[in-house]
Amino acid sequence: MTHSPSSFDEMLTADGTVRAAYAGYREWFDEQDPALLRRKGAEAESFFRRTGITFNVYGDDAGEERLIPFDMVPRIVTASEWRKLSRGIEQRVRALNAFLHDIYHRQEIVRAGRLPQRLIAQNEAFLPQMVGYVPPGGVYTHIVGIDLVRTGPDEFMVLEDNARTPSGVSYMLENRETMMAMFPELFTKVNVRPVQDYPRRLAKSLAACAPGCAGDRPVVAVLTPGIYNSAYFEHAFLADQMGAELVEGSDLRVVDGRVAMRTTRGYTPIDVLYRRVDDEFLDPLSFNPDSVLGVPGIMDIYRAGRITIANAPGTGIADDKAIYSFMPEIVEFYTGEKPLLANVPTWRCSEPDSLAYVLDNLAELVVKEVHGSGGYGMLIGPTSSKKEIEAFAAKLRAKPENYIAQPTLALSTVPILTKAGLAPRHVDLRPFVLVSPQGIDITPGGLTRVALKKGSLVVNSSQGGGTKDSWVLED
Amino acid sequence: MAMLGRTANGVFWMARYLERAENTARLLEAGFRMALTRDLAASQDEWRSVITTVGATQAYEAVHGADYAGDKVWNFLLRDRANPGSVLAMIEGARTNARAVRTALTREVWEAVNESWMALKDALARPVREAVLGDVLAAIRRQMTLVRGAMDGTMLRNEIHNFTRIGTFIERADNTARILDVKYYVLLPSVAWVGSSLDNVQWESVLRSLAGERSYRWLNAGKMDPRGIAQFLILDQRFPRSLAFCIDKLRSNLFGLAHEYGHETGAHELLRGLGTRFHQSSIETILDGGLHEFITEFIACNQQVAQAIEQDYRFYA
Repeated sequence: MTHSPSSFDEMLTADGTVRAAYAGYREWFDEQDPALLRRKGAEAESFFRRTGITFNVYGDDAGEERLIPFDMVPRIVTASEWRKLSRGIEQRVRALNAFLHDIYHRQEIVRAGRLPQRLIAQNEAFLPQMVGYVPPGGVYTHIVGIDLVRTGPDEFMVLEDNARTPSGVSYMLENRETMMAMFPELFTKVNVRPVQDYPRRLAKSLAACAPGCAGDRPVVAVLTPGIYNSAYFEHAFLADQMGAELVEGSDLRVVDGRVAMRTTRGYTPIDVLYRRVDDEFLDPLSFNPDSVLGVPGIMDIYRAGRITIANAPGTGIADDKAIYSFMPEIVEFYTGEKPLLANVPTWRCSEPDSLAYVLDNLAELVVKEVHGSGGYGMLIGPTSSKKEIEAFAAKLRAKPENYIAQPTLALSTVPILTKAGLAPRHVDLRPFVLVSPQGIDITPGGLTRVALKKGSLVVNSSQGGGTKDSWVLED
Repeated sequence: MAMLGRTANGVFWMARYLERAENTARLLEAGFRMALTRDLAASQDEWRSVITTVGATQAYEAVHGADYAGDKVWNFLLRDRANPGSVLAMIEGARTNARAVRTALTREVWEAVNESWMALKDALARPVREAVLGDVLAAIRRQMTLVRGAMDGTMLRNEIHNFTRIGTFIERADNTARILDVKYYVLLPSVAWVGSSLDNVQWESVLRSLAGERSYRWLNAGKMDPRGIAQFLILDQRFPRSLAFCIDKLRSNLFGLAHEYGHETGAHELLRGLGTRFHQSSIETILDGGLHEFITEFIACNQQVAQAIEQDYRFYA
């Protein structure tokens, strides 16, 4: 797909003047020596390698580590834009939690006829083990990443809700560290809201969700699948920054009715487990019996209210792409308010009329698997060959309920630094949200992913995307 | 905060692998110097004894048979994938362990280990030619010194540090003992060799592979004497690669753990037994009782201490 002139350029207006958000940055940029900037870019890369900020790509050799390319031009959001976004995000996250509680209890939304029963009953992300159970503090999604795309000055839309275990927050933090190390003077010129206290806020938020049996200083641990997991760096980074223990399944077992970790002095109970392991692998006794990543019996302890699991098992039901298409109804149903943030228009291929439309217009649409993620298993009509489209149509006809379709959005662009100077590239934005009984806490910033190839709309790091530091300006 | 058993295991092995990588480099350096001063047959003997010292005879001969040509030996010990104890494998093992216990390391220690891995992976990417062998070995020593400096300068002196140090000295003691075991016959006063210049070269080589040649010469005004060298390498508490020094460090770090945890374990008892034996030995009693027997027993005891630590501190589930 080629970059269409109708894409919203976040730095420049159509006549080439610099927008208010970028005024301070651009003034600084124009005084810089481009060759020096490019050299700094290379320095940043070697810094990432040296400090081990890498990710593993599935399917590559074990141990193969790659860098996510970092672009040094920040993505900037003004204070007033952020205020508006925050309100929308908070409303949405409140609705997600209320929805999860309802789905695992009376399912009022289904009774009210606002959501088809089959979307719940036939959904693999729905966990019967969670029915009738209220997690400590009543929180289901302790950490949420809301993927936003922008198509115009005032048009932000939610592309996806990440309610299971959203990743990428370490890049938000390291990108900022890198920018501050490379261009300290820039931060005296432009007032950017800090993001660095995210780990402290995360620790506080998790501790506030501790079960009743926890002491004054709840023991928090981060559960990782281990060093070969694609996001291992982030797991270690967050545990380190929070001063929490980084544990693997083999470190844990149930001892005296608690989940405990094996220390050099014996077993010590854990109060809050920030798990970065999927539901399926969490407990071989309740879910996948072959899992060695989890803890046998943890679900029993959880249901007895003696450990907090963040995010709660079964939250995946809320970020399913089929459920996503109902989010406007869900927000309205639980908050009694109109949604402040729009959804991307979505056709559910399970509905015959929609399917017919989608099949007729495949060349213009983006089609995604309902349960897919990471940019895998999707069709981007405009960049696909006729043959690819036909092959995909066959899959679609065979299992329509497995797909949704969306228009190909003209994602906004932010410039990246290329050899030829600044050049616009498509971006998205994932702010990170913390939920506890004390409230909803949105870190001012997030992860901006950028498609580095000219015209490309795919921003996923597994598909060649990069990241940018994301700035929210002070008032 | 409590420390995970797996983390103790991770820093312990990280330290052991780093120490072993450095020791292998020193051993190669000494072997290389020896081989340069000998004829072909004698130099193959030297290289064979290097392989024997690291206990890799079987693995080596599976690849090269009985051909102990220098370049085959050093490439095998530095980088051969068929050798699980190669310097490259040790650096990778150290880095993998460091990565798994990152939260227990300071940023500087982690970066030093990671940078060492990056630098040595590059240096060992292709077979090492004789012309650059010296540079490569120096680079290995330099990188390990860097890591040691980062540990010394930045790590909190707590249990994490104790387990790291214990790993270092278990490995170093084992290494010094193995060198002594392979070369012990050189150190025994024997009629045939006494006073020959070859003896001097051999002794110097043993000292050199333990980085002790200068210290020894300084202490003994340049006089080479097998009994004195054996005494220096086994009993001199001032020399950081002697067995006595390693035991002393093991003792102080195990004491640190007992102090922090409020009680001793079986490992303490084992080490105390070993320490007492050292305390009561002089070089005369050791030589009288048989140097080989002494070393063999020492290696076994050292291993028992290591195993007791792994068990007592719950390294494994």
